[in-house]
Amino acid sequence: MQALSEWFTELLADNTIFTAQTLGYYGSGLVTTVQLVFLSLIIGLVLAVPLAIGRSSQRRWIRTPIFLYTYVFRGTPLLIQLYLIYYGVVFFDGIQETWLWVLLEEPFVPALIAFTLNTAAYTTEIFRGAIKATPRGEIEAARAYGMSRRLMMRRIILPSAFRRALPAYGNEVIFMLHASAIASVVTIMDLTGAARFIYARYYAPFDAFLFVAAIYLCLTFAILYLFRYLEKRLLAHLKPLEQ
Amino acid sequence: MIDLHGYGPRLAEGALVTVEVAVLSLVLSVILGLLTASAKMSRSWFLHRLGTLYTTVIRGIPDLVLMLLLFFGGQMGVNVITDWLYYQFDIDIFININEFVAGVLTIGLIFGAYMGETFRGAFLAVEYGQIEAARAYGMNHWLVFKRVRFPQMMRHALPGLSNNWMVLLKTTALVSVIGLSDMVRIASEASKSTREPFTFMLLVGAVYLAIASVSEWGFARLQKRYSVGFGEAD
Repeated sequence: MQALSEWFTELLADNTIFTAQTLGYYGSGLVTTVQLVFLSLIIGLVLAVPLAIGRSSQRRWIRTPIFLYTYVFRGTPLLIQLYLIYYGVVFFDGIQETWLWVLLEEPFVPALIAFTLNTAAYTTEIFRGAIKATPRGEIEAARAYGMSRRLMMRRIILPSAFRRALPAYGNEVIFMLHASAIASVVTIMDLTGAARFIYARYYAPFDAFLFVAAIYLCLTFAILYLFRYLEKRLLAHLKPLEQ
Repeated sequence: MIDLHGYGPRLAEGALVTVEVAVLSLVLSVILGLLTASAKMSRSWFLHRLGTLYTTVIRGIPDLVLMLLLFFGGQMGVNVITDWLYYQFDIDIFININEFVAGVLTIGLIFGAYMGETFRGAFLAVEYGQIEAARAYGMNHWLVFKRVRFPQMMRHALPGLSNNWMVLLKTTALVSVIGLSDMVRIASEASKSTREPFTFMLLVGAVYLAIASVSEWGFARLQKRYSVGFGEAD
């Protein structure tokens, strides 16, 4: 232990970049990134469930607006959506006099709104695919039991659709983590923002960016393994039988 | 008509830059993807590991971080190499990593990894009997690739390819962050100076949607072409 700490001190003594202060910047950047990603994913998920149900509705006036929403948000770059909300929010008349302005003044909330709307659009399509792929037999069985549409949705279709959506949703979570790097463009000090700050201060691109790249890589692997574990637990019944 | 405050021509130039970046990085990524797929399917332990390392690392890092690294670090790295060449061999070359080069290299590098996965799956989907038959005809490796494996692989690869292209197209927006005057950068400059973000951002969004729709049509035609002889069902 003694040797390890000596080795570590020696390692840090040699450079001027990785001091306690800059590591602190990275640390708070990590917190901001995780907050941003986690909050947008949770809110996006909550929005996506009803939207996905509506998207697979028989009624055209419910289905079409949701389709347009997902088409536009999936077809344009997230950066544009972020700019639109970040620059555009000022132009709502009288918003600067309301209590909302306290929240919207900081770039965090506009970024959160943009990320949430974006991930909700992707997640809606993932869930819609999963709902559509529900085996007919399960629906017929539920009908035969006399379940109403609501009950069938709650007890049969959604639980099985969530499980089927798991692998695709895992990809979406990783995509969101990587997309969150864009937040640094609107002056948020997330992980990438911290790296850009440290680069600008020390003019050391490799130290600054390779270090965050490594952190992002670790986060990606953590998410990957979490979802693999979840898939193993929740999709155990779909595994091919062992010979 | 929408009032663009005289930004129309510059936006059109920007759109051209966006398309240039997208097409060039697509070409780069397809080449890298084919190389990666070959490396991953090769019998050599080293090449297999190298391909896996490349696809894993690239897909674990955000595109923006990689772009910043290549843009800010690339020039430094290249300078070290050219300086060394100058001192050792008296070769004087200057390579400039500008925004355009850094953008295309990064996007090509990222999507090379995704393309590699797409192509690998597609190559594996070509029946081995086809390759054996081609060999039996006395074709060499290159001819087998050109006449049998590539055209049949494309049929399986096209859906993935078209997906990757759509994502790639949207990723090109990031080059505006490192300072290339693409559509997004000009639109954001225009939004700031005219204080009309909705006009410019919505317009640029619409252009992205239009490019995506046109390419969707193009891919559908290609798919038809490569599915000749396989019936309509595919």
